[in-house]
Amino acid sequence: MTLETPRLRRTRMSARLVVLGAGALVLIAPFLYMLSTSFKPNRLAFEWPPQFIPNPATLANYTQAWGANDFGRYFLNSVFVACFSTVCTTLLAALAAYGFARFRFPLRSVLFWVLMLGLMVPSVVILIPQFLVASALNLNDSLSGLVFFYVGAGVALNTFLLRGFFEGVPEELDESMTLEGAGPVRKFVALYLPLSRPALATSAVFAFLAAWDEFSWAVTSINDPAKYTLPIAIAQFQGQHATSWGLVFAASAIGMLPVLLVYLIGQRHIVTGLQAGALKS
Amino acid sequence: MAVQAPVVPRRASAGEPPPGRSTRRVRAGHSLAAYLLIAPAFVIFTVVMLVPIGKAAQVSLYEWSPFPGVEQTFLGAGNYTRALSDPLFGKALLNATVYMLVTVPAQILLGLVVALLLESRLPGRTLLRVLYYLPVVTSWVVVSLLFRYLFATDGGLVNWVLVDGVHVAGQPVGWLDSRWTGILAMCALGIWKGIGWTAIILLAGLTNVPRELHESAATDGAGYLRRVWHVTLPALRGQLLFVTVLLVIGGFQVFIQVLLMTNGGPAGDTEMPLTYLYKQAFSYLDFGYGSALAVIMTVLVLVLSVGQTVIANRRAAR
Repeated sequence: MTLETPRLRRTRMSARLVVLGAGALVLIAPFLYMLSTSFKPNRLAFEWPPQFIPNPATLANYTQAWGANDFGRYFLNSVFVACFSTVCTTLLAALAAYGFARFRFPLRSVLFWVLMLGLMVPSVVILIPQFLVASALNLNDSLSGLVFFYVGAGVALNTFLLRGFFEGVPEELDESMTLEGAGPVRKFVALYLPLSRPALATSAVFAFLAAWDEFSWAVTSINDPAKYTLPIAIAQFQGQHATSWGLVFAASAIGMLPVLLVYLIGQRHIVTGLQAGALKS
Repeated sequence: MAVQAPVVPRRASAGEPPPGRSTRRVRAGHSLAAYLLIAPAFVIFTVVMLVPIGKAAQVSLYEWSPFPGVEQTFLGAGNYTRALSDPLFGKALLNATVYMLVTVPAQILLGLVVALLLESRLPGRTLLRVLYYLPVVTSWVVVSLLFRYLFATDGGLVNWVLVDGVHVAGQPVGWLDSRWTGILAMCALGIWKGIGWTAIILLAGLTNVPRELHESAATDGAGYLRRVWHVTLPALRGQLLFVTVLLVIGGFQVFIQVLLMTNGGPAGDTEMPLTYLYKQAFSYLDFGYGSALAVIMTVLVLVLSVGQTVIANRRAAR
């Protein structure tokens, strides 16, 4: 590209921006339309031609969803399940990753590969036996049961992500702490965890998003409406009130808010985590 | 899981052993510490993943009822032979194949275009990357309902654009009321949600493309598309394979969007393998047959991913 003049380069950059901007607009448009409908009175949901700016605009869908339709409770259920799953998944995965990264022991690679098997089995495919196992253990229809299953399903991926990072911690640091008499627990807390903060953040972001949005297992396992998490509550609500799109989307928007927050704060970590997974393959 | 998972390395990259202190006592203590570190994760993983995988294989050999106290009848391969001659399962497989054949190339092509455009320095690049990835992180439930709303027959946005906007349709199309239009709507959702993921993965690969090669090809007079074909794509081989394998697998695993957009209707016309097997178990309480279909799908997915990898590697070796 030695022949490129600054002017040509600027034109080319503008062209790229225009194409990318137009594409982004097409991708985002459904969300904008969804937001618009969430502020419309219900009779305008299928207005022809469609209204893009709601007139009259109303907050009724939001107040009604949050209050009368119990979405406040579902929101709290989701917060409980997602936060608890995130902490447990990341903690258990970090412990296991440390074990795999820095210890030699019999069956080490066998155990690791068994764990990786969990990443290859499609999650929906084992819903049926998971339901049978959960029944036997009395873990169905309970929020703690959901947490238990989310941790079990997520721990393999996060162990894999964190192990790669722990292996990158300089061995000299580990050795010098050993010489000072530090045991595994002290090294884990004082060396590996602090040095791995970005990787732990990646793991936490993945675990949170997975638990917050999970639908298939929750809808299989939870029966009692008081224990609904947001995804099942939204799906069930739409099933029962097929035409209340304003309400459905107000509830959806409320449910998307934490995802957006976590995503915007953690987007750098998401990108590095995804790319680490892809580059290693 | 809602976030598409980055998956498994192909080779075990076993880390170097830590410097061993050689008395046997220390060794044993060392191993014990490692087992204690791994145990919590491994126990919960065993209960939630390993036991169910084994259980699926077992249940698939029975006429299995979930009610306590009911005797389970051993069928041997009965559920499997039934699957082979089940026209509805065949239809679901065909639907998923069509879905896969439409969505995989579209996502790769569009994702590649986005990645190439996003590659070098650009004002607002981070913002654009965030916007393109947004559909990927939003819940399948929300976007499935959203697309159901967009593809509604009367007053849906898509029909309005087609009828009053660009005038290609004379009257509103009943998208979700028949087989292929319903699957097309699901494909639109799948592509829309997947472009950002494909683009991010390919973007990571683009940093490996040899810059000098690009520049020397340019001075030799190779146009942009020729350079992409001969320089960029070969350097992206690893990422393209990774993306293709995962998208093909994902194509056979469509689930939530089917349940929430058409629920397999009308009359099972838009059913996909996973919704079909799910209903066998949880609507018809035939856990045995559902599990047999689940085992078949797992094997199919594994064969597809291993097969693609082998073919791609053989082609590269030639």
